[in-house]
Amino acid sequence: MKTWGGRCGPALVVLLAMAMQSAPAVAADATETVRKSQSAFFEAGRDFQARVKMTLITREGQQRLRDLTMLRKNGEAGAQKYFMYFHSPADVAGMTFMVYKFPNRDDDRWLFIPAINLVNRIAARDSRSSFVGSDFTYEDISGRDLSADAHTLVTEDQIGGRKVYVVESTPRSPAEYARKLAWIDQTTFLPLKEEYYDVQDALYKVFTADEIKEVQGFPTAVKRTMVNVKTGHKTEVVFERVQYEVGLGDDLFSERYLRRPPERWIK
Amino acid sequence: MIAAKTPVSHVVIMILAWGVPVAAEEVSLHGFVQGNYAARITGQELSGPEGGDVFLGEERLQIKLATSSQGSAFFLKTDAFRDAVARITDLDVREAHIDVRAGALDLRLGRQIITWGVGDLLFLNDVFPKDYAAFFSGRPLEYLKIGSDAAKVDVFTDVVSVELVVIPFFQADQLPSSRRFFAFDPFPGVPRVTEEPRAELGNAETALRLSRNLLGFDAAVYASRGFFTTPGMRPDNPASPTQVTLFFPRLATYGASAQGNALGGVMALEAAYYDSVDDRTGRDPAIPNSTVRYLVGYQRQPWSDLTTGIQYYGEYVFDYGPYRDALSPGFPAQDRLRQLLTVRLTQLLRYQTLRLSFFAFYSPTDEDYDLIPEVRYSVTDALWGAIGANLFGGKTETTAFGQLNRNDNVYVVARYEF
Repeated sequence: MKTWGGRCGPALVVLLAMAMQSAPAVAADATETVRKSQSAFFEAGRDFQARVKMTLITREGQQRLRDLTMLRKNGEAGAQKYFMYFHSPADVAGMTFMVYKFPNRDDDRWLFIPAINLVNRIAARDSRSSFVGSDFTYEDISGRDLSADAHTLVTEDQIGGRKVYVVESTPRSPAEYARKLAWIDQTTFLPLKEEYYDVQDALYKVFTADEIKEVQGFPTAVKRTMVNVKTGHKTEVVFERVQYEVGLGDDLFSERYLRRPPERWIK
Repeated sequence: MIAAKTPVSHVVIMILAWGVPVAAEEVSLHGFVQGNYAARITGQELSGPEGGDVFLGEERLQIKLATSSQGSAFFLKTDAFRDAVARITDLDVREAHIDVRAGALDLRLGRQIITWGVGDLLFLNDVFPKDYAAFFSGRPLEYLKIGSDAAKVDVFTDVVSVELVVIPFFQADQLPSSRRFFAFDPFPGVPRVTEEPRAELGNAETALRLSRNLLGFDAAVYASRGFFTTPGMRPDNPASPTQVTLFFPRLATYGASAQGNALGGVMALEAAYYDSVDDRTGRDPAIPNSTVRYLVGYQRQPWSDLTTGIQYYGEYVFDYGPYRDALSPGFPAQDRLRQLLTVRLTQLLRYQTLRLSFFAFYSPTDEDYDLIPEVRYSVTDALWGAIGANLFGGKTETTAFGQLNRNDNVYVVARYEF
């Protein structure tokens, strides 16, 4: 007994301790990790400004460009306001798009079409719709409710020398994906990679954060790619001129500025 | 044509007089080249040089010039086009305005497109001019709206946003012309003269919109004072007319709208009272009676990249008895309550490069319809093409869509944007 205990005791104690600590805590930890990740990825700073360039690339290599200015302001209890101004392509140039995002209820969305000087509300229930024809959905751009998925910690791993949590998220009601695996940086909590699986459990979409820069103390994924592995289509996104804490006023997110975008902010 | 009515020189001179902002910080130049053609597929032709099967054929160059500097901006959108059916080449100043922003106040002076209300292709409180001929012959949607030569002042406060529009220059709707369209004419072959309200201060149209967010809904109230933009017809002698005068009776409108999220989609409500100022008794058959118009709309996305919308619209005629009594025998009577349903389906495919859309107007009271299927494909970011159709029908040829029954057409558009 003594010999056995002497050989295996410390290891057993450690294992037991880990099990005791993590058994009830793992699920909570995974949810907390995803919460931190969403916070780092979608909510950094009080407000945010960037020039976003999305390149949509077909399997054959044909490219299309979406060039927009994105403004974001955080509100109370997870609410956010987004304002987007499209610089190109020509057929959407001058359009503005505004979203009031609320936790646990439908977003309010408005689109301004300059050709007919019309501000219109857009039905927003389906967050799975493609954002401007890219491989990113609306949810990929502005986040998904934390409680919409059940989160579990699968393992810990390393990507490019960085320690990551690998978290699996399973939607509680039917969603675009049947499950998602996310590789979340243990330090910055940014997702470095995500894999999306369909109902047949086949991989169909892969997200990668290709370049991370610290901007005003906020780690920011300034280059990111979403590849649809089934169609071969992919979207590369570059965030330029990223700035946080720029002092966006609440009045900016209004019909007035939808119709006449604020010069100062949309450059 | 619209261009013929556009006071081009007038607008240009006004802009020069105001002065284009000097030392502009930002100058942008965009535009497009477009070909747009439509042909009647009913096999019927009108007499006259513009009455053939191909009743729309045009090439168009649009230039959009924008400059801005320290809160002020200038914008010019001008089309140069060749109308191959009328065999004319002309200019159309679509928009030309100066913007000034000062604190809570925005001012826009010049030719501008104004769109109010929450209807989808149904306009209640939007009393600004429209080009229905363009719409029914398959020209792109933006050509449904005509610019108004106007001054617009917006004031933004925490309580409410105020928009005030003053239009000294009357602009009528463009209706399908008898040169190119089969349309109902109660006085066939009788010569006509048009009397538009002159540019006088007393004739200036004014329109007011107050808006704010109310319980998550975008709410607005409206009022306007001006003229009907579609003409009344007055024969010199009702029994055997030798001349018909087209004129534009006075109109005042009062209304409200609301739009917001409800039932998993977006709900729209709008109503307007049309006060027919020149015929409040309803006894003048040449002038529309006062009406109340209302609209309920709902749109949602049942699945990815599919948008569906339905609308119900009603138009109730006041003083219906006097209207029927005054109507000359043999003239088609409007129903006391005209009702209209619309359906919209839009499916985006192939990373939103392919758009399949369908829009339908159907009136259960007039028993007429217009069905508009369209396929649009973006070949590249710069180039897109579309093919679609307007399919009209109705029980009689005197109703809004029924009269266009013989104008079923197929249209194509190709546009290169820069």
